[in-house]
Amino acid sequence: MTGLPLRVALIGAGPAAFYAADHLLKQAPSAEVDMFDRLPTPFGLVRHGVAPDHQKIKSVVKGFAAVAGDPRFRFFGNVEFGRDIDLAGLAAHYHQVLFATGAQTDRRMNIPGEDLAGSFPATGFVAWYNGHPSFRGERFNLETPAAVVVGVGNVAIDVARMLSLDAHELAATDMARHAVAALAASHVRDVYVLGRRGPAQAAFTTPELKELSELPNVDLVIDPAEAALDPLSAAELERANDPVLRRKVELIQALAGRPLAGRPRRLHLRFLVSPEELLDDGQGRVGAVRVVSNELVASGTGSLSAKPTTRRETIPAGLVFRSVGYRGVELPGVPFDSRWGVIANTAGRVCDPASDETIPGLYTAGWIKRGPSGVIGTNKADAVETVAAMLADAAAGISLHPSHPTAAEADAYIGSRCTRPVSFADWQRLDAMEVEAGARVGCPRVKFSSVTGMLAALDGEGGPPGN
Amino acid sequence: MKLENVLAAKGSRIETCALTDTVRDVIARLKAANVGALVVVDGERPAGIISERDIARAIDGNTDVPSLPVSALMTHDVVLGEPGDDVAAVLDTMTANHFRHLPVVLDGRLVGIVTTGDLVRAELDTLRGHVVTLEDQVMAGGAE
Repeated sequence: MTGLPLRVALIGAGPAAFYAADHLLKQAPSAEVDMFDRLPTPFGLVRHGVAPDHQKIKSVVKGFAAVAGDPRFRFFGNVEFGRDIDLAGLAAHYHQVLFATGAQTDRRMNIPGEDLAGSFPATGFVAWYNGHPSFRGERFNLETPAAVVVGVGNVAIDVARMLSLDAHELAATDMARHAVAALAASHVRDVYVLGRRGPAQAAFTTPELKELSELPNVDLVIDPAEAALDPLSAAELERANDPVLRRKVELIQALAGRPLAGRPRRLHLRFLVSPEELLDDGQGRVGAVRVVSNELVASGTGSLSAKPTTRRETIPAGLVFRSVGYRGVELPGVPFDSRWGVIANTAGRVCDPASDETIPGLYTAGWIKRGPSGVIGTNKADAVETVAAMLADAAAGISLHPSHPTAAEADAYIGSRCTRPVSFADWQRLDAMEVEAGARVGCPRVKFSSVTGMLAALDGEGGPPGN
Repeated sequence: MKLENVLAAKGSRIETCALTDTVRDVIARLKAANVGALVVVDGERPAGIISERDIARAIDGNTDVPSLPVSALMTHDVVLGEPGDDVAAVLDTMTANHFRHLPVVLDGRLVGIVTTGDLVRAELDTLRGHVVTLEDQVMAGGAE
């Protein structure tokens, strides 16, 4: 198809989608990219996942905005795959479709009491405090004095930190205003973060831990006995010879010996414990968490896993957030591999899980391709791999062979399916309104947290962000 | 990172052979699939693994090798991985014990195979991801 436009639809507008768009536009002068997102706003988890007090991590969107400035790129926000547009429609208008929809649901703990009131997926709390329109109506039991966060990944650490910051600290971030107000009135004073394995296996990074240790109004509590390495972990640390891991373990152990300063809040970082049951307070709500201590055992491959012992304890807490992994959500008409919670694929080419035959013209990138792993930048190599397959296939004439392969025909299709697509220029107007509203109150931005609010503001009928 | 993250983008095909196959069958299959090892299965249960290296070693001075049954050459006591195993730990073990192919099982059923190449690539991509993320932040010059 040399000389002809290669028209590509990208479903999703997070980092993987933008890295893929960037590489496609740079590598293929004939490529034209239309990016779709179910929300009016782009950037996926950079907007709705990254913690509001981590603005530096969000600066990656400057590069994404530069990609969006390419005349061969168009953004269609507020257009949902499966609701407004579908695979048959896209196949009639595009040579290739790339799915980069992320991992939208959480994994469950599969323990008794998990569905009691007061038990939530951490992802829902994160989406709520970050102003995701689908979560603004959530209510969390912040009247309780103690909360438990299950998991020690970066999401778990973010949640623990948001529960521990003071009102004025939260107000200085771009946290959704409804969440700032709710957390300002929070009664939570003790947050317990539970890791099922030891310090050497914890997924959080050293800077994240250092940040926790420097919160001005929080005592970080680590039991020296839990911070000590068992013989298997000590041997693993020795063998791995990884200075990054060694530094993290050393910081955990140094913090564990630190005397408490009597600060108003406490963050308890626990290791080698797993929740066994969420206990009912007698009114259908979580009242406590029964946990079991673990020991580490090595499998045949040398990987260390947690094995429960007979030691148990009960942690009184009225609020529990689980952050034990994420899963992708199946998209209508797109083959799904339920074992890993991803779109069935071979190195980014979508395939039939039964025959393993690739499906011409369909591709995937990011967490919906490989599962949730890595940092934002990990999606770059991931997207580059998929785009290389797309360009090789295009060169070989393998595509969807659309009957209406022009931008104007795609416009007509999208216009017939969605009443108010949001363009990148529209988003830039929303962005400016948010930043301006933030400047008035001394924070990076005040987010719109409802779709109707955003659309009304774009059409000159709405109030300011934050409503 | 876990083994399941590596398996997720490898498709569902696993190159296997039966216990009763001959080495000649195995060689043909290794060539056709362009892989270095086959999982030897007994039903859905992995019973062993046979690699190019096993065949190369056996062929030294022995011209009857192609007609031998797989079970005569395969590694019987095969190390099995699980989807939740840590990639870094598995890679250390494979490197230290000099094996390059690891069958992965879930509840006793074979669900995939990973090679040292897959795992090195995954670790490299993870490290590159950290570099990209840090460089993006430095170049954007965003304030904390």
